Amino acid sequence: MLRSLLKLTWVEIKIFVREPMGVLGTVGIPVLIFLALGKTLGGAPEDASELPTFLGPQLPVFAAVFIAVGSVLSLVAIISIYREGGILKRLRATPLRPQIILSAHVLVKLLFTTVTIALLLLAGRRFFPVAPEASLFSLGLALLFTTVSILAIGFVIASVVPTARFAQPIGSAILYPMLALSGVLVSAEGLPAGWRVVANLLPLTHAVSLLQGIWTGAGWGDHLIEVAALILNFVICIALSAKIFRWE
Amino acid sequence: MSERPVVQVSDLRKTYGSTVAVESASFEVLEGEIFGLIGPNGASKTTIMECVEGIRRPDRGLISVLGLDPHKDIYKLQHRIGVQLQEAQLQKRIKVWEAVDLWSSLYPHTVDGEALLEQLGLTAKRGSWFMTLSGGQKQRLFIALALINDPEVVFLDELTTGLDPQARRAIWALVTSIRERGKTVLLTTHLMEEAERLCDRVAIIEHGRVIEIDTPQALVSKHCPERGVVFSCDLRDAGAGLRRIEGIEAVTEEGTSYRLEGRGEDFVSHVMRFLSDNEIQVRDFRTVMPTLEDVFLKLTGHGIRD
Ligand SMILES: Nc1ncnc2c1ncn2[C@@H]1O[C@H](COP(=O)(O)OP(=O)(O)OP(=O)(O)O)[C@@H](O)[C@H]1O
Ligand SMILES: [Mg+2]
Repeated sequence: MLRSLLKLTWVEIKIFVREPMGVLGTVGIPVLIFLALGKTLGGAPEDASELPTFLGPQLPVFAAVFIAVGSVLSLVAIISIYREGGILKRLRATPLRPQIILSAHVLVKLLFTTVTIALLLLAGRRFFPVAPEASLFSLGLALLFTTVSILAIGFVIASVVPTARFAQPIGSAILYPMLALSGVLVSAEGLPAGWRVVANLLPLTHAVSLLQGIWTGAGWGDHLIEVAALILNFVICIALSAKIFRWE
Repeated sequence: MSERPVVQVSDLRKTYGSTVAVESASFEVLEGEIFGLIGPNGASKTTIMECVEGIRRPDRGLISVLGLDPHKDIYKLQHRIGVQLQEAQLQKRIKVWEAVDLWSSLYPHTVDGEALLEQLGLTAKRGSWFMTLSGGQKQRLFIALALINDPEVVFLDELTTGLDPQARRAIWALVTSIRERGKTVLLTTHLMEEAERLCDRVAIIEHGRVIEIDTPQALVSKHCPERGVVFSCDLRDAGAGLRRIEGIEAVTEEGTSYRLEGRGEDFVSHVMRFLSDNEIQVRDFRTVMPTLEDVFLKLTGHGIRD
């Protein structure tokens, strides 16, 4: 089982890098945009006060969440291409289970997300110094944790999206509103009360809150609610996707 | 071939929405035999096969494969069967050897993948991306993947579609060798020559029903007892004499060439005896025997169906 997972993951990594445009899109573009933004906006907190916070000091958190959302969308896209193309059907006639297939893709996405974010942090260090209190280990862990929990949402969407054409719109329709309410674009206090309740039910809100906390030097102990919410989200998503997974 | 059934299907029914694909199908495949499902397009061969493989869930009926229920025991069963689907794809950029290697990692017991590629003539293509293979090469790769776990039962849906005559013959030899190792094969095909050569028994499927099951020879003698003899000789107007041959039904004369049609196992011998008794010198002589194709057309009609 583990052997199959590792083998499939390795094969999918090789397949992924064989498509240069895909690699450029996932890793190259975000880093370039981030650098461009950082150069023009970052490093000067006093000017940045007039900008929305997500373009100011919070840019790294925004970038991380945005990249994670991008990974979810591409996870959904690739599974739907596999479903539509009959690749999943062929895999179905083997002892591979849907969770293994999805996990392999999640690992691939995770790997490239990690690479992208690490590059971002390295490249952006000049513009966005991490709060001195935050440990890099803690930050890395928080990034991994939030990315996995966001990818779990992708599990559910990827389990059912019928065709590749629908993958992008359906994925975006679910994720972008979550992103908008997550507190990374507009701070939670800025939302009307009703929307704030909705926002609190969405996993992305907790991911953003956790990341912002850790980024600014808070400890994990201050964010137990977020951690619990994200774990709950993960468990529900995995259980749900196992139930609703469609091979064709 | 033993008498032990390896695949048992009884009263299978499968609908897609309001379309009844399989009305009712029952058959058994015995251990060590090559069993063929033949029938026109849309007859439901693939549907029946996929229900047996556990890929589709039937609406009704009992299926057992190696004593296992293809639905409840699917993961146990998948280790012991090999499946080639009629329409399948792999990742566009997966290399041939990577696919074989991946498949090998999924099963506890496997055969040598490189040897299999060699046998299927894919060694030169082992480093090529799946998307760059020709149709026949893809087909051969899928056959390799179906055999990688040394399965006890192999399911081949349209195994030689798109293959050139050489490859087809190589696959036939491969399938025959699978049987020689005591394995069981369930296949579908549109090529009656293939069914006649390979299959120990065939089931003819029509509109989601099994209408006949038997050996190809038995089906031919049961449904198409007609025999034909074509010869040419210098004799003119021999028609009247020829019409007295036992079992004869029609004589067609075209100049010096004659075409006789009759029925019965002995018809050809009767013709030969007549020719020698009357000391008729023939310049060529050939028999026209009905084949499985004639049986197939007779039982399933000639027109193209939906
Ligand atoms: N996924 C599906 N959804 C709806 N109808 C289907 C589906 N698959 C097959 N059918 C219908 O079921 C019937 C049987 O199809 P099936 O593919 O089993 O036939 P077949 O005998 O394998 O045909 P062929 O010789 O062309 O491969 C057809 O009428 C087909 O339109
Ligand atoms: Mg078919």
